[in-house]
Amino acid sequence: MPAVSMTVNGKPVSGEVEARTLLVQFLRENLRLTGTHVGCDTSQCGACVVHINGIAAKSCTTLALQCEGATITTIEGLAAADGTLHPMQEAFRDNHGLQCGYCTPGMIMSALDIVRRNGNELDEHTIREQLDGNICRCTGYHNIVKAIAAGAKTMAR
Amino acid sequence: MYDFTFHRPTTVRQAAGLLARNPEAKLLAGGHSLLPVMKQRLAQPSALIDLSLIDGLDTIEQKGRAVVIGAMARHADVAKSPVVIAAMPGLASVPGSVGDPQVRNRGTIGGSIANNDPNADYPAAVLGLGATIITNKRRIAADDFFQGMYTTALEDGEIIVKVSFPVAKKAAYEKFKHPASGFALVGVFVSKRGSDIRVAVTGAGSNGVFRVKSFEEALKKRFAAKSLEGMSIPATGMNADIHASAEYRAHLVGVLARRAVAKATA
Repeated sequence: MPAVSMTVNGKPVSGEVEARTLLVQFLRENLRLTGTHVGCDTSQCGACVVHINGIAAKSCTTLALQCEGATITTIEGLAAADGTLHPMQEAFRDNHGLQCGYCTPGMIMSALDIVRRNGNELDEHTIREQLDGNICRCTGYHNIVKAIAAGAKTMAR
Repeated sequence: MYDFTFHRPTTVRQAAGLLARNPEAKLLAGGHSLLPVMKQRLAQPSALIDLSLIDGLDTIEQKGRAVVIGAMARHADVAKSPVVIAAMPGLASVPGSVGDPQVRNRGTIGGSIANNDPNADYPAAVLGLGATIITNKRRIAADDFFQGMYTTALEDGEIIVKVSFPVAKKAAYEKFKHPASGFALVGVFVSKRGSDIRVAVTGAGSNGVFRVKSFEEALKKRFAAKSLEGMSIPATGMNADIHASAEYRAHLVGVLARRAVAKATA
């Protein structure tokens, strides 16, 4: 089987995978990083969003081998070593930006990409438009939008 | 998905060699059309040849009176490219309307036009601007490139390297977006470059992207939305599915063409 190595959440990792192994499978099954979820498996829902070299992507539509040598960040890589939450995670908690929580890791990883592309002052329309690739089946968008606006502001500090 | 062998060449020449040695191979760009089809087992390539390590395939530059976009340029990068926006904001809006942000972060222009999905956005811009597709072997005019649903003029072993768009004074894209998939239910790209006027339609035709000669003739008299007042195209040859009937798609072609011309002349 082909070997693959990459940096995940700051740590070098490697493994042997079939060529058809998806990045999300590699993260969940080989590395046991189960914070990244599989919702639809058809690149619609966004539960599987991670950052590949700093840019948000759907890990259910990316092969592990495409990430050879890449730097990957998952939801597990956001909090500080002492457990202090990332400001965006904290904002989701403060604003009750989740109901069942299934979409939340993808929402937070996408939220950080929205900040990367649009800055820290985000209006509601921008956030809603930019969440096009993330689905919350609980329909809890109202507080997700509030959380992203608040988290983006805190990140500027 | 079925398994395959995976290759990461670092030059176009190496990629072409791999294609020659693996007749059942497919090129992998962003993977956002190919991988979903492989997951459904509708495609079973023996090998994937990943183009992402080849240097210089993702450049975006103005060359004389053309905007030249590398085959591996991602939708998000083209949409926000100062070069493209300065030359033709209408062209930048096309990749900006594809899928969702994460898809735009991965999807590429070369992948989109090589796939020639009948509902994809880029084919409308490529045909609607009379672009030239530059491969490792030759230059292909847009009018010759698209040959029907998922079919192009690309031959075995041929790799798209870049796409050269002539800069049009007026150009715009209007799209009726499928709310779930983000694909164009119907999309119309219009352009005016001197006396060359083009109206290209994606999403509507059962044979892929096509030009509307009757609209182009009407716009030659005066490039204004009014010139298309009351004009429509017949429903024969239009796609029909659960999302829209052939008649509705034909109707949308007229509506979106008028909107696109209005936007291009605003």
